[in-house]
Formats: sequence, C-alpha cells, structure tokens
Amino acid sequence: MSRTSLFLPLGLFLVMAFMLWRGFALNDPHELPSALLNQPLPAFEKTRLADGAPVTRDALLGEPFLLNVWATWCPTCKAEHAELNRIAATYGVPLVGVNYKDNGPAARAWLARYGDPYRLSLVDDDGSLGIELGVYGAPETFVVDAEGVIRYKRVGAVDRRVWEEEIRPLLTRLGLPLETPKA
Amino acid sequence: MSLRHVLRTALTLAALALAPLGFGAIDTYEFASAEDEARYKALIDELRCPKCLNTNLSGSDSPISADLRRTVATMVQAGEGDQAIRDYLLARYGDFILYRPRVMPATYALWFGPAVLLLLALLIVVRMVQRQRQDAGPAPLTDAEQAALARLANRGGQGAE
Repeated sequence: MSRTSLFLPLGLFLVMAFMLWRGFALNDPHELPSALLNQPLPAFEKTRLADGAPVTRDALLGEPFLLNVWATWCPTCKAEHAELNRIAATYGVPLVGVNYKDNGPAARAWLARYGDPYRLSLVDDDGSLGIELGVYGAPETFVVDAEGVIRYKRVGAVDRRVWEEEIRPLLTRLGLPLETPKA
Repeated sequence: MSLRHVLRTALTLAALALAPLGFGAIDTYEFASAEDEARYKALIDELRCPKCLNTNLSGSDSPISADLRRTVATMVQAGEGDQAIRDYLLARYGDFILYRPRVMPATYALWFGPAVLLLLALLIVVRMVQRQRQDAGPAPLTDAEQAALARLANRGGQGAE
C-alpha cells in the first residue's frame, strides 16, 4: 500500500461532503425551474368567469400584468388571497386570474365572499390552459410583460416578502407604473 | 361449519381477491391499434408526474397526472410521434418530466459516470494483479544464505531439548 493511497478515505469524504452539500442545498425539491421562462404566453381561447364572455391571449396584452392560477379547492390560494387583495388595492397591479379546474358558481361565490382582486378571471375548467402553462399545483403566479413574454414564475403563495423582493422590483423594471401606497 | 360461516368466509376471500383492483390508474382510452396503446403505455411509464417526487404518470393518482395522461392519449390518438409528445411536455414542464434524462453537459456525469467508474475499477484491478505478479513471494536464497540457514537449523535442532 503506497503512501498516496492513504489519502483515499479523505478524498472519498470530500466527494461525499460535496454531494450532500449540493443535495441539501436544494431547499425545496418540489420547486421546478419553469421551462416557460422568457417564452411567450401560450395562445388560448377561454371565457371570463364573471359573464362567460370570450377572452383570447392577445386581449390581455398591452402592459405588464400578473397571471395568478387559483381555485376554491386550494387552501394555499385562500391563504394567499389577502395579499393579492392588498397589492391590487394598494398598488393598482393588473391581476388576471386563471380559475383552474374549478366549479364556476363556487368560484364566483368565493370571490364575492373574500374579495375580487382580479381584473378578470379565465375559466380553465378542464385544466388545458394549466397544461399549456406547465402548472402542476395551484397557486402559481406568472409575471407577463407588455409583449406577452413570461418573465417570472412563482409556485406557491405570493406573500409580502415575495411581492416586495421579487415581483414589485420586476414590475418596476418592466416599466409598469405602480401607485405609491399612502403612508 | 354452518352455512353462514361458509358464506362469510367466501365473501371475505372475494373481497381480498378484488382489493388490488382498486389501485393505479384506471382511465381507459380507445386506440386505433395495439401499437398505439403500447406507445401510450410506454410513454406514461417513462414520463414523470410533476407533482410527485418519484412516481411516473401511470403510477400516480394526482389530478395533474390524470390530465397529462389524457394529453398523452389525445396526442397518440392524433398520430403524434413519441418524440413530439415528449418535446411538448418538456417545453411546458422542463426536464423534470423525463425519467430518461436528455444527454447534455449537465447530465454527462449521469450518462457516462458509471462507465467511467467501471473503467477506473478495471484499471485498478489490472494494476493490483500486475503488482502481485511482480512481487510474487520472496526472491530465492543465495548460496551464502542457504548455508547460513542450514547452520541455524542444525543449531536449533541440537539446542531444543
């Protein structure tokens, strides 16, 4: 046994330490990188939750907006709802909802009860728009720029930290004039 | 054994026999040919449920998996190729959806690592065998050493009473 092979255990230890460090650094293995980042928002023809009027992708474009996937069966959506109400009321952020695999009357009742922060909600009862958007669990929130390109995706609730640190700076960078909150 | 006894036993056995049927995906899709059906089954076996950490589409009961199975079935029925279907889901869900990862720099270690390790192991074994052959046992004794050994052996034989 030569002198150099004495270092074999140390080498093995370092390799394992590196791999474990990388492995545990993935703080949430459920969080997948979005394949749609910097891709155009997919085309769709859906209806509006409020009155069933048809809505297409191009009708939404013109200024940056938030696209929020929600459902009444989703507890995290309910937890997130207060923050959406707050940012819509305080900053005047254009919010578009995607009512994902839900029941129309229940969804309308939900918005009537908890407040409606959305300019409009799209009805995606069969989840087809969800698949186009790569949605795998509500709530999910996208930032779409004025040209219709997806610039950001959040899986899970939007809370105050996410809004202040991630979404608000991005919207400002994209040139959306946000109302300043009254102190 | 009474009739009631027999009946109860039979019912229990029937329930036990049917129990496994309650698991797994049970949606049924009609395909034009057996090949299409085989393609569908192969695809949902090798595509991963995006909501789960370690389940394929065929083994998952989550609603998103049911939706994706429907998407795959619809695309197979429409005559789309396997690669087109994989690419469609890849564009939306990313590499996570593939249980068979693509060959690219980030996955080189995954694809070629085992072969490299095997080669390395073979090299080590070859070198160990070579070394063992080189120093296979001590060198034969020289004449002087032989004589010294004989002397020592003699003395040991006399001294050990």
